[in-house]
Amino acid sequence: MSIIIDRRLNDRNKNAVNRQRFLRRYKEQIRKSVTDVVSRRSITDMDQGSDVSIPVKDISEPSFHHGSGGDREYVNAGNRQFNTGDKIPRPSGGGGRGAGEGGEGGESNDEFTFALSREEFMNLFFDDLELPHLIRNALGETRDFRWRRAGYTQTGVPANLSVARSLRNAMARRIALGAPLRRQMLELEAAQAAEEEIEAVRRRIERIPFVDEIDLRYRHRVKDPRPISRAVMFCLMDVSASMTEEKKDLAKRFFTLLYLFLTRKYEKVELVFIRHTDDAQEVDEETFFHDTRSGGTVVLSALKLMQEVMAARYPSDAWNIYGAQVSDGDAFGADPEKSRACLSEQLLPQLRYFAYIEVPDHDNRASPLAHAYQRIDSERFAMKSVTARNQVYPVLRELFNREAVT
Amino acid sequence: MNALERGPISTGAEWTFELIERYDQAIHEIAANEFKLDTYPNQIEIIASEQMLDAYASAGLPIGYPHWSYGKEFIRNEQAYRKGARGLAYEIVINSNPCISYLMEENTMAMQALVVAHACYGHNSFFKGNYLFRQWTNADAIIDYMVFARNYVMECEERYGHERVEETLDSCHALMSHGVDRYRHPTPLSVAEERDRQREREEYAWSRYDEIWRTVPVRKDGKAKTRQLGERFPAEPQENLLYFIEKYAPKLEPWQRELVRIVRKTAQYFYPQGQTKVMNEGWATFWHYTLLHRLFDQGLVDAGFMLEVLASHTNVVTQRGFDQRGYGGLNPYALGFAMMSDIKRICEEPTDEDRAWFPDIAGGDWHKVLDFAMRNYKDESFIGQFLSPRLMRQFHLFAVADYEDDSELTVDSIHNERGFQRLRRLLALQYNRDQQVPDIQVVRYEQGGDRSLTLRHQQCRKRPLTEEADEVMKHLSRLWGFTVRLQTVDEGGKELDLKEVKH
Repeated sequence: MSIIIDRRLNDRNKNAVNRQRFLRRYKEQIRKSVTDVVSRRSITDMDQGSDVSIPVKDISEPSFHHGSGGDREYVNAGNRQFNTGDKIPRPSGGGGRGAGEGGEGGESNDEFTFALSREEFMNLFFDDLELPHLIRNALGETRDFRWRRAGYTQTGVPANLSVARSLRNAMARRIALGAPLRRQMLELEAAQAAEEEIEAVRRRIERIPFVDEIDLRYRHRVKDPRPISRAVMFCLMDVSASMTEEKKDLAKRFFTLLYLFLTRKYEKVELVFIRHTDDAQEVDEETFFHDTRSGGTVVLSALKLMQEVMAARYPSDAWNIYGAQVSDGDAFGADPEKSRACLSEQLLPQLRYFAYIEVPDHDNRASPLAHAYQRIDSERFAMKSVTARNQVYPVLRELFNREAVT
Repeated sequence: MNALERGPISTGAEWTFELIERYDQAIHEIAANEFKLDTYPNQIEIIASEQMLDAYASAGLPIGYPHWSYGKEFIRNEQAYRKGARGLAYEIVINSNPCISYLMEENTMAMQALVVAHACYGHNSFFKGNYLFRQWTNADAIIDYMVFARNYVMECEERYGHERVEETLDSCHALMSHGVDRYRHPTPLSVAEERDRQREREEYAWSRYDEIWRTVPVRKDGKAKTRQLGERFPAEPQENLLYFIEKYAPKLEPWQRELVRIVRKTAQYFYPQGQTKVMNEGWATFWHYTLLHRLFDQGLVDAGFMLEVLASHTNVVTQRGFDQRGYGGLNPYALGFAMMSDIKRICEEPTDEDRAWFPDIAGGDWHKVLDFAMRNYKDESFIGQFLSPRLMRQFHLFAVADYEDDSELTVDSIHNERGFQRLRRLLALQYNRDQQVPDIQVVRYEQGGDRSLTLRHQQCRKRPLTEEADEVMKHLSRLWGFTVRLQTVDEGGKELDLKEVKH
């Protein structure tokens, strides 16, 4: 007879492997789509899955088919008004309506859209460099603690005394210690022993203390290390004309990655965007990445502004302050030297970390700014040069590895 | 029948495994004893909707080899399902022995019973009885074969790299529609037969021997040469491109040949399904309708059950008119069900028209006629044989002619006395495989020369190939490893076009 099987508990993700293959094969197209999404998205909601779409034409599987044209007849249903020999104008938009066969395939969607999970999206975003788990401990020691309950102890201050717990212990002890005496008394009473003997046992029972030292229990609390729940991240960027869209894209990736690192560590991360040409401005994200300005380059102006903002809104004893600067390294005259001095002497002591990323036009040339910054000797400072998108992530890992070691 | 006293098997929408089993038993009793449906044993599997999506992607087979195109299919279906653009099928049934049917967990009890009748007894008996399935598929072995294919492909991936396996499979998939045998190859001769034939030939030569031929002068200059030049390979055009590649492609490595074979076998397995869509669905629909009505007659199900079944049944067999929204050509369920029911009607209550059109079956035993039709026809011949004028009227069928040289479409024939014959022939033709798949065959393999391969596309009524053909040719050249050509000829044999992909 028929066999009935319940397969509902079987693996539901049989096609995960095929899905992976699909993503791998169309990585280029999907990445293009991801890039679009990245440029549209704000840094703060980068950390999510996304719908991506790729052209249907790219993913179609070819085979030999009849094309339109030629002579054919097809049979349809639902005739109401036609008679043999009637002429019907050819429907516009391509030859003949292919109603006769396979009408269901006719959805004319040019884009194949589907959802990427958060993980897949991040993978593509960072060009397949898997986000490692070492992020969590890579940020060094924390300075804040929180008390947390952790059961009971036998020692403590009176304020932490747990009355219910202590009395329960006391009762248990009294019952345990009194039991043999009470049994003895009952036996004596049954045997009608001398009054003094019974009296002696009764006094012994009464001498059992109501509460003893060993009964006391105190609520126990332990210190848990907690991150300071607030952090602020300063994004500094040179927006002079030499910073192309491509460079800004690199910058955005770097800032995003740093932001993602920080959000794993802190409950709340605030962003401050400071852009500069020859003077610095605090702007919103949209303006930061997409608005172009013309002008020279004075790096110092941005550092000064950062200092002002910190003083006004983010005191370093209440905030973890991170700085990230992206520039193509152009600086003129005394500016690089002054910037270095400002950074290493005034800013760095108040910061948790400051990363400088350079996006140079040429790999080999040391820019004036990089040249000056090289002399900063602090474990809270790191600098790197990045020319391609897939270098962004390794750089970050390197930067934070270094911090973890110290 | 004591069933009447027993009352309905269940009421309400909730299903349980015990109930499915009881319904299955009741349906089996009617199907096997009363209607003598011959079926494979059934294996009914209850699955969740995600698993149904999985099953979709692998074209219904419970396992398949890994390939990105299945991932694409899966994502496409999932997307459509999540957006609510598409519902899921109530069941999937696999032509295997035992016959595996998937039932969705979300179905109500009535739907489960409907599906059991439809798939486990309708489709199942069709798989077992129809000549195409009997000839081309091996229900006992398919699951094992797919397990083998999956393991083999994965092993190849490990050994030769994902890219190379993927490339080969891509190329095979492009030629999949031309990897099907439509006619049996003659079985190779045994040694004894070979010897017999050889002796026969010898005897024949002896009997025809005449001294006089020895005296005829022979032309000296290279008779052998002309023979060699004229010798073509293959001697006859070959329509199974994948088979030809598997056997003769000069550069393929053994594992690649095996991959070609796997794709070819898969294509062959699905070949009968494409040829019997109308019949298969019509047959299954006819039987769920008939079987469940018998259950109702016996009092095993109540009116609420029947109402739900009929609502769903009606949805399935709706045929929209060409000018209505959602029209997607002729609905195979509607046409198939109508034809099956119509054959029964012709047998039971024939009209004069039926007697004139179907003298053989009018007034016959409907069950025998239906069984005969199921076993020995495919869509094309089934429609050509059994579509009655009454149905053509009922469906308001009409044929539109689309000729390249005319600026307008012409109504070729409609459902009237003059049009019936032609309409039926045109509709049958529409289900001919040549209408869907262009006729492309291997005509020449320069075995002794530059090893190039020539295909011939025999154009059918001036219908060209789509532009994708260029892509397919690239795939072909990848498999072949040498130059490949595609020659397009018209019906007179005149060459119209020649594509060449140099390797």
